[in-house]
Amino acid sequence: MTIQTKLQELDWKPVALVPVLALLVLPLIGSPSTWLTLTVAGLAMGMIIFIIASGLTLVFGLMDVLNFGHGVFIALGAFVATSVLGSMGDYTSSSSLWMNMLAVLPAMIVAMLVAGAVGLAFERFIVRPVYGNHLKQILITMGGMIIGEELIKVIWGPLQIPLPLPEGMRGTVLLGDAAVEKYRLIAVVVGLLVFALLIWTLTRTKIGLLIRAGVQDREMVESLGYRIKRLFIGVFMIGSALAGLGGVMWGLYQQNVIPQMGSQVNVLIFIVLIIGGLGSTGGALIGALLVGLMANYTGFLFPKLALFSNIALMMAILLWRPQGVYALNK
Amino acid sequence: MSENLLELRGVHTHIGAYHILHGVDLTVPKGQLTMLLGRNGAGKTTTLRTIMGLWQASQGSIQFAGQDISRSSTPEIAQRSIAYVPESMGIFADLTVKENMLLAARSAKRLAQLDEQRLQWIFSLFPAVEKFWNHPAGKLSGGQKQMLAVSRAIVEPRELLIIDEPSKGLAPVIINNMIVAFAQLKASGVTILLVEQNFNFAKRLGDSVAVMDNGRVVHSGSMQALADDEALQSSLLGLAL
Repeated sequence: MTIQTKLQELDWKPVALVPVLALLVLPLIGSPSTWLTLTVAGLAMGMIIFIIASGLTLVFGLMDVLNFGHGVFIALGAFVATSVLGSMGDYTSSSSLWMNMLAVLPAMIVAMLVAGAVGLAFERFIVRPVYGNHLKQILITMGGMIIGEELIKVIWGPLQIPLPLPEGMRGTVLLGDAAVEKYRLIAVVVGLLVFALLIWTLTRTKIGLLIRAGVQDREMVESLGYRIKRLFIGVFMIGSALAGLGGVMWGLYQQNVIPQMGSQVNVLIFIVLIIGGLGSTGGALIGALLVGLMANYTGFLFPKLALFSNIALMMAILLWRPQGVYALNK
Repeated sequence: MSENLLELRGVHTHIGAYHILHGVDLTVPKGQLTMLLGRNGAGKTTTLRTIMGLWQASQGSIQFAGQDISRSSTPEIAQRSIAYVPESMGIFADLTVKENMLLAARSAKRLAQLDEQRLQWIFSLFPAVEKFWNHPAGKLSGGQKQMLAVSRAIVEPRELLIIDEPSKGLAPVIINNMIVAFAQLKASGVTILLVEQNFNFAKRLGDSVAVMDNGRVVHSGSMQALADDEALQSSLLGLAL
């Protein structure tokens, strides 16, 4: 299929929601520079939420598993980053962005490896016994998250730990009159890289085809001779690793970490998945960007409505498309 | 007498509280096309799903090429060179036609690794598969999806094809193509087990036949004998043709 045909067949309406939302609030905000700052902040937040949510949407789509414990991998990734970055002070205190990257990249890789390995154990001992039972999945994965948070307190202590941005990532870049934080631009770039890698894997590799096929009809994938449970374990590990990466990004975004940070983000992630359509990677990106933008705009315009705004956004989307913006053909 | 590739002996299947198969005995001779006939709800689809391990037999044995597969998982059964086309066709709607075909070819990692000669043969049987090669499978018509489902099952050589109602909802011209395809497959030595409601379709293709009712095989023998005996057709299938 040519790129032109693919573009013609793409359902553009959900994609258009992101610029439409951004343009609709411009008159309310008034100042274009403030609008630009808020928009970049919203996109950065959205990209981090997407990194976290992308694995979870595949986990649900592939095996119908509701993992409410996903948040623990976010916290785990962030805490691992405090340890790794804490031991690389020479690199984080340098004003060179490249030197900073030499510390942040290993922190991301270690966080992903640890979160992926813990994800393997989480799937084996917590999720696998409750396949096919949503109520038990919700209860046991929430229980798993509580245990995970307590274990984090045992290792790193119960208190908030600072996770300062490396020196070279601090400060702002001027885009016209608008001051945009450097780290937010980095978050957008990392999010886009993760999205591109995921889309490439899902569309250009056989394993990606199997994941997409499994999301639609896992029984048929098994009838073709593929062991979907092994595939699911792999997807669960990758999803956990991505949550770990998202945790590093989120921790640096907030510049501090607490053991409960995962449960705080959990609500946003599920709003994103519902908006996007459960199992849809493209939908998760649209949902995450909408949630990120909405949180920043309402935080500025109507601070008291900040939490409600994302619930209202989800309700509006579901009234328009009850299965989410990109419902899968199951 | 030909050797049996597939043999079911006293197979019982329960789905939840329901007892669906009540001791099915069925043999599928190697290299032949066996038709599984019967009224709606007779247990034909359940029999196919039980063979594929999608529902586990609660009792009885299923032998494929002399090996017991009644406790094997669905992927293990498929890997023994069995292709299955369910009644729902099992098309991956969000994938393109070519992606559907690539997935069915377990040995190929890329499209370039598909057997080009076999692909051309499939295209000659089902031109729609070639015509809509790059299109999302979900956008095909019902008949085109059925053609894709069968094409997917034969994209690589398999010893046994199990197909649930391939003629359902198809135009006569497509049914003729399907008959040609199955005849060619049979001639190449493939063993086929077909569930069918369309007796005219069945009698043109079948070598042997088994008729099911109430979760049991109530008749088995040659298709020719059944086709020639209207009284037997009437008593077994409730129709005279």
